Amino acid sequence: MLDKKINHPLHAKTDIPVRFSEETLERVRKIIERYPAGKQKSALLPLLHMAQEEFLGYLSVDVMDYIASLLEIQPIEVYEVATFYSQYYLDPVGKNVIEICRTGPCAICGGEAIQSYLEQKLAIKTGETTPDGLFTLKAVECLGACGSAPVMQVNTEFYEFLTEEKIDHILDDLRRKSSEEKPEASKWKEKFF
Amino acid sequence: MERKILLKNVDVPGIRTFEVYRSTGGYDSVEKALKKMTPDEVVEEVKMSGLRGRGGAGFPAGMKWSFIDKKSGNPRYLICNADESEPGTFKDRYLMEKLPHLLIEGMICSCYALGANTGYIYVRGEYKYIIGILNQAILEAYEKGFLGKNILGTAFNLDIHVHSGAGAYICGEETAQIESLEGKRGNPRIKPPFPAVVGLYGCPTVVNNVETLANIGFIVNNGGGEYAKYGVGKSTGTKLISACGNINNPGVYEIELGLSVREFLYDPKYCGGVKNGKELKAVIAGGSSVPILPASLILKTAAGEERLMTYESLADGGFVSGTMLGSGGFIVYDEDACIVRNTWNLARFYHHESCGQCSPCREGTGWMESVLHRIENGHGRTKDIDLLVSIASKIEGNTICPLGDAAAWPIASAIRHFRHEFEEHVLHPEKCINSTIRQFDDVTIS
Amino acid sequence: MLKVTIDNQTIEVEEGTTILQAARLIGGAVVPPAMCYYSKLKDSGGKCRTCLVKVAQGSARDPRPMPKLVASCRTPVADGMVVQNITSQEVIDTRKAIVEFLLINHPLDCPVCDQAGECDLQNLSYENGREESRFEESKRTFKVIDIGDKIQLHMNRCILCYRCVYTADQLTNKRSHGILYRGDVSEISTYIQNDITNDFSGNIIDVCPVGALTDKTFRFKNRVWFLNPMNAHRSCTKCSGKVTAWMRGDEVYRVTGRKDQFGEVEEFICNECRFEKKDKEDWVIEGPRNIKRASVISQNHYLNARKPSVIIPLENRTESLEEYAKENSNENKIS
Repeated sequence: MLDKKINHPLHAKTDIPVRFSEETLERVRKIIERYPAGKQKSALLPLLHMAQEEFLGYLSVDVMDYIASLLEIQPIEVYEVATFYSQYYLDPVGKNVIEICRTGPCAICGGEAIQSYLEQKLAIKTGETTPDGLFTLKAVECLGACGSAPVMQVNTEFYEFLTEEKIDHILDDLRRKSSEEKPEASKWKEKFF
Repeated sequence: MERKILLKNVDVPGIRTFEVYRSTGGYDSVEKALKKMTPDEVVEEVKMSGLRGRGGAGFPAGMKWSFIDKKSGNPRYLICNADESEPGTFKDRYLMEKLPHLLIEGMICSCYALGANTGYIYVRGEYKYIIGILNQAILEAYEKGFLGKNILGTAFNLDIHVHSGAGAYICGEETAQIESLEGKRGNPRIKPPFPAVVGLYGCPTVVNNVETLANIGFIVNNGGGEYAKYGVGKSTGTKLISACGNINNPGVYEIELGLSVREFLYDPKYCGGVKNGKELKAVIAGGSSVPILPASLILKTAAGEERLMTYESLADGGFVSGTMLGSGGFIVYDEDACIVRNTWNLARFYHHESCGQCSPCREGTGWMESVLHRIENGHGRTKDIDLLVSIASKIEGNTICPLGDAAAWPIASAIRHFRHEFEEHVLHPEKCINSTIRQFDDVTIS
Repeated sequence: MLKVTIDNQTIEVEEGTTILQAARLIGGAVVPPAMCYYSKLKDSGGKCRTCLVKVAQGSARDPRPMPKLVASCRTPVADGMVVQNITSQEVIDTRKAIVEFLLINHPLDCPVCDQAGECDLQNLSYENGREESRFEESKRTFKVIDIGDKIQLHMNRCILCYRCVYTADQLTNKRSHGILYRGDVSEISTYIQNDITNDFSGNIIDVCPVGALTDKTFRFKNRVWFLNPMNAHRSCTKCSGKVTAWMRGDEVYRVTGRKDQFGEVEEFICNECRFEKKDKEDWVIEGPRNIKRASVISQNHYLNARKPSVIIPLENRTESLEEYAKENSNENKIS
């Protein structure tokens, strides 16, 4: 079963203006050009990644409607896709999303213990966000790094061969970084899209 | 003597850059294919190589290529399947991270052979940093004239784009991947028609795994016959095996097909044996979908023959006493591993990843997970074990795509080989100490 | 023309015909049940797996059997193909399992469901279901939602056949509902409870094989078996105006499309005909529809029904045996 709950409460309203910057719109045009004319819907997955990153860290209904208008498709076509893939978040998340792998190979190498340790350290349950808004803890299925189990991914970074000491260190590091400016805020677009 | 095809130059410093890669003979195959061979000749070489799809199904790559519809006049597409999501499998990640140009070189030759002018690399959304590496490599290839218009002064044009998935195991299935690439939900299509006739945007399309495509450069350079000299019988070439679980040296290894399982498992060059001196309990040899085998059957076949790392030898004995090479995800369980908990864990995975399109998989995967969860938590009854076997048997073969089979096999095989452990869980649940949850012990990859 | 044999009955069909279509041409018991396939909706089918059949011989040219059961609704016939439906125990067993899968999370709330009596799932489970359920876990539940003021969605009952989605896609130019989430928590929804506002949106009620999408103008008004389905028409600018008016006395309780023997509407109708025209004066009543005798809708409505136990002496028989059988077959006029 998907973690997304049945009868999910929706986040329709956001207070921010939903519009990509000119620079991002230029990238959007380039992404759409990768696909044949008239097949711009193909750009939906990359665009949703961008929107999630640029606006709120998750996809609200008005963000999805904006993407639908960019691609000239019906809003429902965006909702269908956004709710299907587990990397699109439909709820507000913390500044850092910790995704701990819970699947077989990680589990037999101590992944479950690491997950409990994270819950204990952050004083939240899996699926929740810390009150200070710094961390959201999610349990995800196989991250494809079974050889370095247990693993977790925070934002786009992989952390491997996890131990309790490593977790302590990683969390401290993330706390420190988060108090600074968002590091190289626009670089991800160059690299990943 | 160890012979390598893919990872030969993996340790050369800077091999990720175009210059270094080119200096080791990289992209030679593109020159050879485009300037000296016809597309059909490339297809013939691949057929002759006996190369089989490395994504899991093991279908002969050359034959798959020969099905592509050339009559329709529609544009043709090549999709590189880099949606590696099978638990236990992380070889493509390693390959793309270390040798991105090897993949691009293979894709150029493959697109030339297929007459495709556009190729997409569908990378799973979790591999964001890989997307950065691939984009960089593609950019370099464009700059050096190996991609774009009139490649190397020939009439051949090719664009390659990276497309990011967003977290869905099912998108590793080729028709689901095509749907996803079209910006839709990853629902597998009903076949026929096959992608080679009606694929991406309704056009003829071939979907190949990363490792499959990475082999094409060698085949073009050295000929299919030379490739076929590697390996044994119908299992030609080398295979990347990603080893994980309770072993001393987890990691990605390139082995020549035909290596014995025993050597792979115990030789310090490879897995280096079971960690902490424990006894071997079981192995899943080809990614979480393939049947689990107990120690007694993984090292030797039921007939007592040495089990080899080949498609045929691992499948020896059918599902009664054999398994599959699959995607090469080699997961090792030691004596402390709880098979029931592990089976529940995998059942949860398939439940989570079912697309929900067809009824046996949508309803059956959740049902199996609930029953296993009950058994694992001490509320099982003996008849639940047969119920699981019954559900699994009704999902298997009756679904639109192979995810149904992939969900059914691990459960059916775990019960087949470890029924006593399930019964023990039902009768004496307190005896299992959930030994899977234990302290982590640091290791390094050699 | 291609020759195909289904359950020992051979028929010639045109190229491109599916096994299910060929079986429907033969008719009777060899027709596999179909919960998601709808001949009038492109791309429908293949999902529910109730129509799985065994291909014992692929074709005359390649007589090998197909390794797995195939979805008859999406598998084209080949010349010389031999298909087993109810003559294969494997098919029967699998169908039974599929029905079980479809029912484990179904609420089985037929007593309070408007679809009862004309429900494909109800019929399917009567014919292929198990006596008892092996499912002990709690069923998944969704809230009942309104999609627009005329249609109600009971997601609990849905079997995710996708027919309503295809209907909206193919009959209207702005689809506003679809399938959300994935796996067994997938649901039909508009996501933000948008109305489905389109002249033909009501057809999603007719194509729904279960009671997931029901007509709010008819909700709890009456049981279908207390109503008399009458062919009726009116001149309509949007659709053909040919409908089934479900009447009791002089009152029109609901209006639907005219459904054929396979439960498919002959023509899609507009919302005005369906929801707005509930006065007898709105319609020209042509006469009663044919309803299968096996249907509960036919209950107490038969005219001239002959009990099968009444044996008419041979010498008194005016019609041939075939005619006699035909007259006593499933089709009967109801009053």
